[in-house]
Amino acid sequence: MDGTGSRIVLRRPCQYWTADQIRRPVPVPWEELKMIATLEQAHAANSIGSDSIVASLDGVNKNYGDVPALRAVNFRVRAGEVVALLGPNGAGKTTAVKLLLGLLQPNAGKVRVFGGDPTNPENRMRTGAMLQVGRVPETLRVREHIDLFSSYYEKPLPPAEVLATAGLEKLSDRKFGELSGGQRQRLLFALAICGNPDLLFLDEPTVGFDVEARRMLWDQIRRLVGQGKTVLLTTHYLQEADALADRVAVINKGEIIAEGTPAQIKAHTSGKRIRCITSLSIDLLRGIPGVTEVKPDREAVELHTGEAEHVLRELLVRDAQLAGLEVTTAGLEDAFLALTQEKNGNGSN
Amino acid sequence: MSTATMALGNTRIQRSPAQTLQIYLKEAKYEFLKYLRLRMYTISVLTFPIMFYILFGLVLNSKESIAGTRVPVYLIPSYGTFGVIAASLFATAAGLASDRGLGWLEVKRASPMPPFAYFTAKLFTSFVFSTIVVLALFTLGIAFGGVRMSVGQFAKLLATLVAGSLPFSAMGLALGYFTGPNSAPPMINLIYLPMSFCSGLWVPIMYLPKTVQKIALFLPPYHLSQLALGVVGAGTHESAIGHWEALAAFTMICLGVARIGFQRDQEKMYG
Repeated sequence: MDGTGSRIVLRRPCQYWTADQIRRPVPVPWEELKMIATLEQAHAANSIGSDSIVASLDGVNKNYGDVPALRAVNFRVRAGEVVALLGPNGAGKTTAVKLLLGLLQPNAGKVRVFGGDPTNPENRMRTGAMLQVGRVPETLRVREHIDLFSSYYEKPLPPAEVLATAGLEKLSDRKFGELSGGQRQRLLFALAICGNPDLLFLDEPTVGFDVEARRMLWDQIRRLVGQGKTVLLTTHYLQEADALADRVAVINKGEIIAEGTPAQIKAHTSGKRIRCITSLSIDLLRGIPGVTEVKPDREAVELHTGEAEHVLRELLVRDAQLAGLEVTTAGLEDAFLALTQEKNGNGSN
Repeated sequence: MSTATMALGNTRIQRSPAQTLQIYLKEAKYEFLKYLRLRMYTISVLTFPIMFYILFGLVLNSKESIAGTRVPVYLIPSYGTFGVIAASLFATAAGLASDRGLGWLEVKRASPMPPFAYFTAKLFTSFVFSTIVVLALFTLGIAFGGVRMSVGQFAKLLATLVAGSLPFSAMGLALGYFTGPNSAPPMINLIYLPMSFCSGLWVPIMYLPKTVQKIALFLPPYHLSQLALGVVGAGTHESAIGHWEALAAFTMICLGVARIGFQRDQEKMYG
């Protein structure tokens, strides 16, 4: 585990995605990737290709009163990439976004967007933001909200295109107060993109979405990236980071604890997950060399191991009736949980 | 990153004046529509002064006089002031507190909206609803109360009352910066209802106890109502200049407080 020189020592994964979630392809090829697992390494990597950096946090500290929200955070968003800030609630994701939007100011460090101060009006012209909002004026209609926000920008998208992108064509005459939770989120997404911005900040964009709506929004985000836009999204949906991001920064308790492609983050969790239906007892399974964890899952069991081939051979030898076999790599959530738990100081490996 | 770069109206964007004007107009239009469709607002702002006027000015006391002025005439400046205050305070304080507290203002601040457009839209909405209240009272008074004034008098009364929307909009901004989304409406009521009463908007000032009359001198609604009553020849005998000065001072204080709130918000800690 320590072969990468990382100071992050990973724990065995302990919570799993469903098989369906794990089978998704990893969107980005390995070759292009420079894994940045520690802050020290991050510093070194950041000096490369600084011309294409569109947003950055440099040694940023942000406190709310005595409570630190971000601690010595270094973070880069390069042109044309989708970066996911992944972390549990309260990790500092929203704070990072608000700093980059110039809505908050850091206690220490530097925040830059398009090479300048994030509060520059011309930066705001090139930036779109979807934030978590408690109340939007409810008596205005969808098209009215879009009309108003579009007027702020120099080259807004045509309203019809905004409505279509956000999947709101049929709801344009609806008042905001009459929309469902997911529809409201879509309007906020529409307001973020209506100015045709180069840089898009999406703070928990699919909270409250059903699976279908989530996939639809993902498609739209991919389409925008295809047009050359840069996207920073925060999420605690690991699946979302995995599905969308070129790069994932895992953030916990105000610190970025790992950075890399979804594949690289996943690579930090050693081993594979084996799911099968077997008559072998749990204790017996635990006794197989190389098995690190066993837990029953409905009619089946799930095993975790760093030596999948060996364990599989053992399993098949010991139980000729073994059925329903699935072998998958650990999902991003495994990686994420492993990383944050180690960081919390209660991990041991 | 000093607060100076975020000051009101600081814009380095190359917008044409026409584009800028369009933003201001749209912001104002939608702010007005927002409140027009908000029943809670229209009822509390329009219905109450109109209802009071119909009841106390037209139904009950229409033949009586207050200090030599017929009641239907006297009550237009009084309830007009009352309506203007409600229209202005609710349009500014309640909306601002809610926008601030629940994240909507952050979405707007993150956009290239000129910050000043947001405030002028609120002011515009206060003006429009103030005008509507006063015109409704005029109409009722003329139609059912036998109110007769010269056009010049009507115009002066309307202008005075609507101008009075400014100090109370400023007060609303100050309140909106220092109250939360839930506390703003009760806070407004807690302040403006007693203030209106003590200023003689419900019971004419001379029928109020002497102590209250002395307190009234420090209350902005008193000064606005006296200016309005002066137009129909029913004011007390202080100088109009003094009333304007009092309102101007009050406006400056409120804008100062609002500015402190505005700057504090730039460093707000919503998490």
